[in-house]
Amino acid sequence: MKIENLTIKKARELLDKKEISTKELIEYYLKNIEAKNKDLNAYLEVYEDVLGQAEEAQKIIDSGNAKDLTGIPLAIKDNILIKGRKASAASKILENYTATYDATVIEKLKKEGVVFLGRTNMDEFAMGGSTENSSFGVTKNPHDTARVAGGSSGGSAVAVAADMALGALGSDTGGSVREPASFCGVIGFKPTYGVVSRYGLMAMGSSLDCIGPIAKTVGDTEIIFDNIKGKDKMDSTSITPPTPLTLRGEPNKKIGVPYHILDQGGISPEVKKNFEESIKKMQDLGYEIQDIKLENIDKSLAVYYIIMPAEVSSNMARFDGVKYGLREEGANLLEVYKNTRGLGFGKEVRRRIILGTYVLSSGYYDAYYAKAMSAREVLRDEFKKAFEQVDAILTPTTPAPAWKIGEKSNPLEAYLADIFTVTANIVGVPAISLPSGFTPNNLPLGVQLMAPHMREDILFKIGKSFLKENS
Amino acid sequence: MISKEEIKRLADLARIEVGESEQEELAQEIDAILDYVKLIQQFHPDEALPKADNDSAPPLNDKRGLGGDMNVWREDENPTESGTYSKDLIAEFPNSENNYLKVKKIL
Repeated sequence: MKIENLTIKKARELLDKKEISTKELIEYYLKNIEAKNKDLNAYLEVYEDVLGQAEEAQKIIDSGNAKDLTGIPLAIKDNILIKGRKASAASKILENYTATYDATVIEKLKKEGVVFLGRTNMDEFAMGGSTENSSFGVTKNPHDTARVAGGSSGGSAVAVAADMALGALGSDTGGSVREPASFCGVIGFKPTYGVVSRYGLMAMGSSLDCIGPIAKTVGDTEIIFDNIKGKDKMDSTSITPPTPLTLRGEPNKKIGVPYHILDQGGISPEVKKNFEESIKKMQDLGYEIQDIKLENIDKSLAVYYIIMPAEVSSNMARFDGVKYGLREEGANLLEVYKNTRGLGFGKEVRRRIILGTYVLSSGYYDAYYAKAMSAREVLRDEFKKAFEQVDAILTPTTPAPAWKIGEKSNPLEAYLADIFTVTANIVGVPAISLPSGFTPNNLPLGVQLMAPHMREDILFKIGKSFLKENS
Repeated sequence: MISKEEIKRLADLARIEVGESEQEELAQEIDAILDYVKLIQQFHPDEALPKADNDSAPPLNDKRGLGGDMNVWREDENPTESGTYSKDLIAEFPNSENNYLKVKKIL
């Protein structure tokens, strides 16, 4: 039986009908990893016990107790903890760290009987939009290996795009699931903040972080999402997701487009053209497009690059060479701290910690951080008002397609790529990136939909229709 | 203009060793970033903030939860049995002796 162009849904059918075994399924992906990973560098580690995991899953299937994801091979981002396995957040400071507990999402996926193929490359501590900031090499875009895969969940996106996994988990703090998915031509989904537990996800920006799935179809991201969501007593910021009965049942046919954001500079003509085509596509599908104004959206990037580094500077303090991770030598305790963190952290991490320390320091706190927190509330309010008029908001996912490795010469240039994605994290709403076409030189492009808090269902519905997936 | 000395001071606060040339680099980079994010100072929240329903209540400018404030603390009871995680955690100590974590002298 030839295993090609599978989706999670299709694989489930084939496994349950016994047309393929988990062994065959997993061997197919292991073969692809063997062939492609050396060049693409999507996986930092492929687990040695993968076939053993497949065997366990097969037993479950044979006993008639298969669940949605039993036997399904997934790739997991290197900042999500799996007990007994290494997790380094692509950083030298955790290069040899072994996780001492399972993340809640992993616990849930283990109960499903998922096969974990390995841990994927990322920007160090999720700081970046290209995976160029990994301490273990960049991940290449399978559509053009001279270009970045996007980030920070670059490895996860490539694992799916290059057929090295059926699905993957990433984390999204400012677009880190949606942007690489867009650059690689796959689907990236960010849930409402709090709907998926962050317990066991190495914290970057605690008020912004979300774990999200990357997959080949909207239906597949929905399956993964349904099996990782849920209120968790180990994460005090987690909330109970709505059950289908509590969701409103209206048609959800109005899509808002904030046309005014397209007037700013830095958006490539290919993105503009593709976006217009995507709008037309939505109209042809029967959606009503409304021009909406989001007054303060031009401040989102500034809000993000103040709040996020501030939270980063706090979250990175735990990596001090004391209880776990790298410990560098020093004459005294202070030197151990400084040497460990100076050598263990990469450039971008050091940069953001120092920026965060600055915006939180006395004399600057009010001018930057306090202002950004106020602006955040206003943005939340603006989105609430916009969602009174429309059911979803459509924007391009990124202002330009994947850039060439090494092309962005300064940090600010790279930050500007986040312009459309950060707002969903600032405001907490769910968002999805859908592949929307290619540039003339075959680089994937994506569009982003945002929905009100807890209305993931709207994103799945519109997404499936946009990509012509039959339910 | 943020100075090299200021970068050094911040790096010390953050317990990160940063060499001279990196201090200069960072000063330039952080300057450029601050130059961008300072547009936030043009933002005036007073008119824009949502008003509280109750006139005498303070403005709702720190409402981070979706449903407003709620208590997420649990009761201080049913502690984990001592020793449950010790072996795994001690295995991650960079330096240990007899199950104790070895660190630099503090006093």
